[in-house]
Amino acid sequence: MTTLAISGLNVWFSTEDGPLHALKDVEFDVPERSIVGIVGESGCGKSTLINAILGLLADNGSIEGGSIQFEGAQDLVILGPKEMQDLRGPRISTVFQDPMGALNPVLTVGRQMVNIQYRDGGSTAEKRARAEEMLSLVRIPDAKAALDRYPHQFSGGMKQRIAIAMALMMKPALLIADEPTTALDATLEVATIELLKDLQEEIGCSVLFISHHLGVIAELCDEVVVMYAGEVVERGSVRQIFNDPRHPYTVRLLECDPARQTSRSRNLPTIPGEIPDLRQRPAGCVFAPRCHRVHAGCDQAQSLVEIGEGHAARCNLALEPQTAEATA
Amino acid sequence: MSEPILTVDDVEVTFPVRGIGKEGIKGVAGVSFDVRPGETFALVGESGSGKTTLARAVNGLQAISRGEINFEGQRIDTMSKAQMQPIRRRMSMMFQDPVGSLSPRMTVGDLVTEPFRIHGAEGRDMRAETERLLSLVGLPVDFATRYPHQLSGGQARRVGVARAIALDPALIIADEPTAGLDVSVQGEVLNLLNDLRERLGLAMVIITHNLHVVHHVADRTAVMYLGRFIETGETEAVFGAPRHPYTAALLSANPEPDPDKVHARISLPAEVPSLLSRPAGCEFHTRCPWAQARCSSDAPGEVAEGARRHRCYFPLDPGAMPPGMEGAA
Amino acid sequence: MRRLLREPLGVFGLSLVVLVIFGAVFADLLSAYDPTRINPRVRFQGPSGDHLLGTDQLGRDLFSRVLYGGRIALFVALVSTAVSLVIGIVLGLIAGYGPRWLDNLMILLFDSMKSFPTVMLALALVTIMGPSLTAVMVVVVLVTVPGYARIIRTQTIAIKTSEFVTAAQSMGASNGRILFKHILPNVIGPLVILASMDIPVVIAIEAGMSFLGLGVRPPTPSWGSILNDGFSSIRDTAWIAIAGGLPIIITTLGFTFLGETLRDVFDPRLKGR
Repeated sequence: MTTLAISGLNVWFSTEDGPLHALKDVEFDVPERSIVGIVGESGCGKSTLINAILGLLADNGSIEGGSIQFEGAQDLVILGPKEMQDLRGPRISTVFQDPMGALNPVLTVGRQMVNIQYRDGGSTAEKRARAEEMLSLVRIPDAKAALDRYPHQFSGGMKQRIAIAMALMMKPALLIADEPTTALDATLEVATIELLKDLQEEIGCSVLFISHHLGVIAELCDEVVVMYAGEVVERGSVRQIFNDPRHPYTVRLLECDPARQTSRSRNLPTIPGEIPDLRQRPAGCVFAPRCHRVHAGCDQAQSLVEIGEGHAARCNLALEPQTAEATA
Repeated sequence: MSEPILTVDDVEVTFPVRGIGKEGIKGVAGVSFDVRPGETFALVGESGSGKTTLARAVNGLQAISRGEINFEGQRIDTMSKAQMQPIRRRMSMMFQDPVGSLSPRMTVGDLVTEPFRIHGAEGRDMRAETERLLSLVGLPVDFATRYPHQLSGGQARRVGVARAIALDPALIIADEPTAGLDVSVQGEVLNLLNDLRERLGLAMVIITHNLHVVHHVADRTAVMYLGRFIETGETEAVFGAPRHPYTAALLSANPEPDPDKVHARISLPAEVPSLLSRPAGCEFHTRCPWAQARCSSDAPGEVAEGARRHRCYFPLDPGAMPPGMEGAA
Repeated sequence: MRRLLREPLGVFGLSLVVLVIFGAVFADLLSAYDPTRINPRVRFQGPSGDHLLGTDQLGRDLFSRVLYGGRIALFVALVSTAVSLVIGIVLGLIAGYGPRWLDNLMILLFDSMKSFPTVMLALALVTIMGPSLTAVMVVVVLVTVPGYARIIRTQTIAIKTSEFVTAAQSMGASNGRILFKHILPNVIGPLVILASMDIPVVIAIEAGMSFLGLGVRPPTPSWGSILNDGFSSIRDTAWIAIAGGLPIIITTLGFTFLGETLRDVFDPRLKGR
């Protein structure tokens, strides 16, 4: 069973300067018990996608076509606000960059963790025991005492781990993690993604992991979706994306990461140009204005080209392997 | 070898703590380094390691409680605000937040020429200066009428660079110059800084936690932990064979964009200790996988090995793994 | 501005304000009568073609008295608000950016000024200065300055550690430059909106003091004194009180609606939506 199946999703925003096509024909699956990473730079539509899944689009945004099938049973696009609210939390939970968004500064951690379980029967003592168990699972030292402390008494890394504990407490089917390690130092970042991976296996949920940090994605995810200007430009397994990228944008993005440069160089690769104005999408390929392999066919709308098992790229050159020479 | 442009000698920064009889917190606890013209020096460390405090102290935004800072042959830490004024033309600073470090109600043109207005603009053609600076940092001239919130992170960062180089400084201190930027833009900004460094002969101090960036741009690197340098040296040497366990752990903690890479990670237990209660002995011993009895009682001094320095009784050999993890690599 | 015109309440407020200002500015063109000319033959008249709002106990034309009273009201409101703004901004910036002890001292000063009841303050000042327009304006300034200064102070404190201020400091910018070029433009917005919402309060203070005989001296027309005339003659006719009260209500509503819409339009949390 697929935890989340998004197909043909289009989101528009009405703005003062005309309608803005924020997500265009977004299509990908989050298989059960898997971690899917979404990579993309600012303006690629990551936040809009999360909000569309959660049913939390701003008032001027609307989903125009497409479906978001959750656990093969419910289409989140047509679900009412009340039903969505029942899903958010117990079935679909979230972790964000700033853990304080999830933590109430004036309540103890234990109290908050008991409160989350309001839907469950059972005594407060049972709920506290469960909260304590969850805190030790996220490696908070002395979990019992930690229950009686307030969020500000924990360090940034611990707060994020507590936020993760709270998100996973109800054993959701899907965890949406939006840049959860971006604000953390390298040593904590590594510890947090390792923890996330362990917990995902233990609870058996799926994770939609959004990050711009390619290293984290490579290490944590099973599958990767590359987004650019509101479109899925490439998707595939983590090895397909990192070892055999087929969309020129993916190729350039990987090159830009200084960590991929083995030899020391003072001149780092970049992608010249800017993301196009989404109010005036180009008729053809959205990456064409910045693409190093642009050619005559690029003024046509591109469709996702199937390359191999689960691997697809929105480029008419997708079937030709991208060689290093081509990017020089 | 040319004379250093900046010499920082045993500098300490103390923050007062409320309460009678209490000593202050040492944000920076005795740091020495120098930077030569045209050189890029990197300060690396986790948050709270004191790297930003040190940068602010060098820039005269933060008073120091001990030590000495010399810039272009003058002692600057004891200077008054008025005395510092000419120094500020020679040393500029770039701040972390690309957009947030630009005054929101000023246009790009005003922002870029502000250094001239502060330091006497007599005889300067502001329009020409705006054009010169914007083209130096690769922005179109019509950006002069825009406001910071209309800029992308990369564009705002370029405006920050233009401000920093406006008065032809000899030294730029850049605090996390790539923070908040996309990967594809990060390279542009670093290339720009490097290009300017070469063309204008700038010295640079770069503060960052991104070790991959440091590897590419810095000539020398200092690793900070709890306000001290625990390892200093040529970047290639430090990255190639770290001597201090903390450096080794930091390097191994960097997730790499290669799914097939087998990680031989040195995991650091526990959290960074609070500056309020520095551990006795070597301050890293509470998290060090190699720690021995001596480390928890005696504080190691700085050991010089050629051009490198470190603070560790048991410096690592290349490729060393912690006890119990030797087979992992 | 475009967004303001899209809000019906804002348009309504704006038109009321424009109406009041128009009436005050063109008072001599709009009314056929001298507002202070006494005509005992036409006392206590109701509204008619000759006298749009009727006449008062001395036979003076109420419509022209209301228009000329509007001049006084707006003059007091604008001048004293402007003076308050300038003083409030300067004090607020000093308190927010200056040393801690100065801040504490000024907060003490603001609080003690605020804790003084307006009426008591007005009585005390009038006792010293005698009833006059100046006394009214001094009262208004004293009453509104602490609030303005506090707003500026709070915002200054919030903004003085932001990176763009530190960046200016590191460039060697003077305190004056930092305060007026970098901090002031970013803190003044909410204050201007607050001030526009305070204008009806100021008009009410002026009317109130004139009503009590502590403000504008007769026979100069003021909405407060018209209202007072109306109250003493309420048994003869209600028109005088209505003529005095109506403009106060219109002006108050106008500025309040306008100020509230401005606040909604400029609220940073709604920006960009």
